[in-house]
Amino acid sequence: MRGFLLNRLSQSLVLLLIVSVIGFVVLNLIPGGPLAQFGLDPSMTQDDLNRLKEQLGLNRPLWMQYLDWAWRLVQGDWGHSFRDGAPVLDVIGRHLVATLLLMGSSTVIAIAVGTWIGIRGATHRYSVFDYLATVGAMVALSIPTFWFGLVGIYVFSLRLGWLPAGNMYTIGDGSVLNHIHHLIMPSIVLALVHVAIWSRYMRTATLDVISQEFVKTARAKGLSERRILMKHVVGNALLPMITLAGMQLPSVLTGALVTETVFTWPGMGRLFLDSLGYSDYPVVMGLLMFSAILVVLCNLIADIVVAIIDPRIRLS
Amino acid sequence: MADRTEAVSGDDAALSVRGLTVDLPKGMERTHAVENISFDLKRGQILCIIGESGSGKSVTANTIMGLLPKLIPVSSGAIHLDGTAIIGAPAKKLRGLRGRVVSMIFQDPLSALNPLMTVGEQITEVLTAHGVGTKASRRKRAIELLTEVGLPDPELMYYQYPFRLSGGQRQRVMIAMALALEPTVLIADEPTTALDVTTQAQILKLIRDIQRRKGMSVMFITHDFGVVAEIADSVVVMEKGRVVEQGSAEQVLKSPTHPYTQRLIAAVPHLTGKNRAVQEKASNETILKVEGLSKTYRSGSALFGSQRIVSAVKDVSFDLAAGRTLGVVGESGSGKSSLGRLLIKLQDSDGGRILFEGRDIAKLSESQFRPLRPRIQMIFQDPFASLNPRSTIGQILTVGPVAHGMPYAQAREEARALLAHVGLDAGAFGRYPHEFSGGQRQRIGIARALMFKPKLLIADEAVSALDVSIQAQILKLLDQIQRETGVSMIFITHDLRVASQICDEIAVMQKGRIVEHGPPSQIFLNPQSAYTRELVAAIPGERPRDTRPIAVNS
Repeated sequence: MRGFLLNRLSQSLVLLLIVSVIGFVVLNLIPGGPLAQFGLDPSMTQDDLNRLKEQLGLNRPLWMQYLDWAWRLVQGDWGHSFRDGAPVLDVIGRHLVATLLLMGSSTVIAIAVGTWIGIRGATHRYSVFDYLATVGAMVALSIPTFWFGLVGIYVFSLRLGWLPAGNMYTIGDGSVLNHIHHLIMPSIVLALVHVAIWSRYMRTATLDVISQEFVKTARAKGLSERRILMKHVVGNALLPMITLAGMQLPSVLTGALVTETVFTWPGMGRLFLDSLGYSDYPVVMGLLMFSAILVVLCNLIADIVVAIIDPRIRLS
Repeated sequence: MADRTEAVSGDDAALSVRGLTVDLPKGMERTHAVENISFDLKRGQILCIIGESGSGKSVTANTIMGLLPKLIPVSSGAIHLDGTAIIGAPAKKLRGLRGRVVSMIFQDPLSALNPLMTVGEQITEVLTAHGVGTKASRRKRAIELLTEVGLPDPELMYYQYPFRLSGGQRQRVMIAMALALEPTVLIADEPTTALDVTTQAQILKLIRDIQRRKGMSVMFITHDFGVVAEIADSVVVMEKGRVVEQGSAEQVLKSPTHPYTQRLIAAVPHLTGKNRAVQEKASNETILKVEGLSKTYRSGSALFGSQRIVSAVKDVSFDLAAGRTLGVVGESGSGKSSLGRLLIKLQDSDGGRILFEGRDIAKLSESQFRPLRPRIQMIFQDPFASLNPRSTIGQILTVGPVAHGMPYAQAREEARALLAHVGLDAGAFGRYPHEFSGGQRQRIGIARALMFKPKLLIADEAVSALDVSIQAQILKLLDQIQRETGVSMIFITHDLRVASQICDEIAVMQKGRIVEHGPPSQIFLNPQSAYTRELVAAIPGERPRDTRPIAVNS
C-alpha cells in the first residue's frame, strides 16, 4: 500500500512537470508574446516596453524564465495579474468558490441520478425504462451544453419565470436560499451530459457484476433481491466508477467553463476567458497549473479511495 | 433404458424430480434444456449426476434451486424438496428454502465469493438472511463452521478477504457457507473441476465426511467418472437433456446398460502404468535438449520496495528424441505452462540453453528465430479463443505458411488435405470457426500447427477443455499423427490420466522444478518422489496398483 501510494504520487509529480512545461512553452509561442496587451496601449513607447521586458525578466532565455517561474510557483509565488497587479493566487481564490460550488452540485446530481438510472437500466434490462435511458443518454451526449443552457433560460426564466437567468445571487440578497435558487439551472445543465456518461458506465458495470458467480452464490444463500443489489452488486459495480469519477473531473471543469459563460456565473471559467482576452499571462498560466493540480489531485484521491475500499489493493 | 421404477418416492427421498421439462428459447439447437427427467435423491446419500457439456445437468440443479433465468421456463413436471413442492411456488417461499433447506456450491471458487466482503461476513449473511441468531451467536457459528471445514486458524480466517485464500480454501469457505443452516440437501455443481488434483481429493473427502457425519443428502454434478467412483451412492447419467440411465453407483459403473454410458465410460482415460509402444518413426536422434532453463517473473516496482519475484521455471533440464512424446505434468503454478512458452519463445528465458536440433535458440532474437518458428508449433488449450472468429478456416490454415514463403495454391491444397486428415470435411475450408464444435475446432488447431510440417509440437492442455469422449478422439488423432510424421511432442497437462495415455516419458513439475522424470511405468507404479506419490494417489477413481475400479476397458 505504501509503495503503491509513493508510486502514484511520483507519477502525479512527473505529470504536473510535463503539463507546466508544455503550458509555458505554448503560451510563449503565441504571436505577440506576454506583452501584447501593453503594446496596444498608445501611451506605451518601445522604450517603456523594453524596460518592462527587462523588469519582468522576459528577455532571458525561455528555459531560464521557466525555471524561475517554476521555482517561485513551488514557493507559493504565482506571479501578479497584468490587469490589476493582484497576486494570481488571490485572483483565483476569488473565483474558486463559485466554480467549486457549481462543479460540486452538478457532480452530486450526475452521480446520484446516473447511478440510479444505470442500476435500474441493468436490473430491468431491455425494459421501456432502459430504452428511454439509452435514447436520453444519446440525446444528452450529442447536444452541446450551451444549447441546453439557452433553452433552459428561455423556458424556465423567460417563459415560466421560475428560475433566474444568470448570476450567482441577486444583488442585495445574499441568503443561502437565493444562492440555491440561482444554482439550480446551471448545475442541472452542467450535470446533463455527465448523467448520460455516468449512467451508461454504471449500467455496464452493474451488468458485469450481476453476471458474476458470487451474485448467484448470494441468491443461493436465500438473500432478498434488494440485499443482493445493495450489498453485493452496487459496491462491486461502483469500484471501477470511482476511477471514472476521477477521470471525469477535467470534463466537468471544461463544462463549467461553458456553463459559467452562459449563466454569467462568476467562476474560474469566466476568469479564464477574460484573462485570455486580456492576455493576462500570469493568471492564464496560474489557472492552467491550478486545474492541472486539481485534476491530478482528484485522480490521486480516486486511486486512494479505490485502494481503501478494495481489500485486494489495500492489503497487498 | 433406465429402470425408472427403481426410483422411490415419499419420505425416503430428500429430493424428488418427476417428469421435469424445461424449455429452451426458440432458435437454440434443441427445444428443451431437459426433457421429462425423473430421479430421486434418497436421504443420507450422494447422488451423482453425470453428463458431458450441454447435457442439462446444471439446468436441473438451477431449477431445483429456483435460480433459472426467466428466459428458460419450466413447462411441466414436479420437484419436491423435503416434501415441499418447488415448481410454481412463489419467489418468496423459494427464497426461504434456499440456504436453509437446500444449499449450493459452485464450480469456480475464485469467482463465487464476493471480493469486497470478509469470509466471516459472507457466512453470517446466510444466518442473517434467514433471521437466525444474534450477532454474537452468528459469529460463533461462523467460526464453528470454519473449523468444521478444516480451515486453519478459524478466528483469523473470519476476518480474511477471499483474495488471500487459495482455490481449495475458498471452496471450503463455500462449503462452510452452504452448511451454515444444516440444509437437508446440498447441491454441488462441479465443485472440484477447477481445482488441482490433490486439492480435489481433499475437497471430495471433506464433502463425503460431512455428508456422513450429518446424514445430509448430496446431489453432486460432475463430468468425471473418476469422481463418481470416489463418492457416489447412486448415479444419474444425462445426455442432451434426457436421463439415459440411473441406478446404484456400482451397477452403473460396472455394468452400464445404455450405449451412451458405455461409450462415456470407455472414453474415460485411465492410468495405464504401461509404457507406450516404441514408435516406428522414433529414433535416438535428440531433437530438443534443454539445459538449466530458468525464468523469473518480476512485478511491481523495485524503486518503491513493492517488487514481487516469482521463480516460474528453475533449472529445468531434459532431452527429447525425435518421434517421442514428453509429458509435462503438474498442478497450477508449477511452471509447466511457463516452460511451454519459453520453449516456443513466446517469452525469453533468463538462463540456460534450449538446443533445438543442436542449435541454442534461447539466445536468438525474434528475427533470428523467425525462420525456425515453423519447425516448432503450438496447440492451445482453448479451442474457442485460439482461432480468429473473423477468418475462414482456409485463411487460418494458409496465412502462416504463405507468410513463410509457400505459394498460396500449394498452401490451399495442403490445407484441404490436412483437414481431411484430421477428420474434417474438406468443405470446412471456406467456413468460419463458430460453425464448429469444440472438438472440431481443436482438430483445426492441430491442422494449423501441422501446416508448417513441424519437428516439434507443444500441446498446452490441448484436451483439457474438451468432454471425455472428444478428448479420447483428439488423443488418438495426436498419436496417429506422431506415428505418421515422426513429430516430437511436448504434452503439457494437469491430468495424469491423460498423460499416461500418450506419453513416452513424463516429467513431474512442482514449484518450477522437475521433481521426477521417467517412463509412465515408473511415475504411476513406482514413483520415486513424495510429491509424485501424492499426485498419483489423489487421482479420483484410480487405484494404480490394484485392478481398475471401473470395469469397462478402453
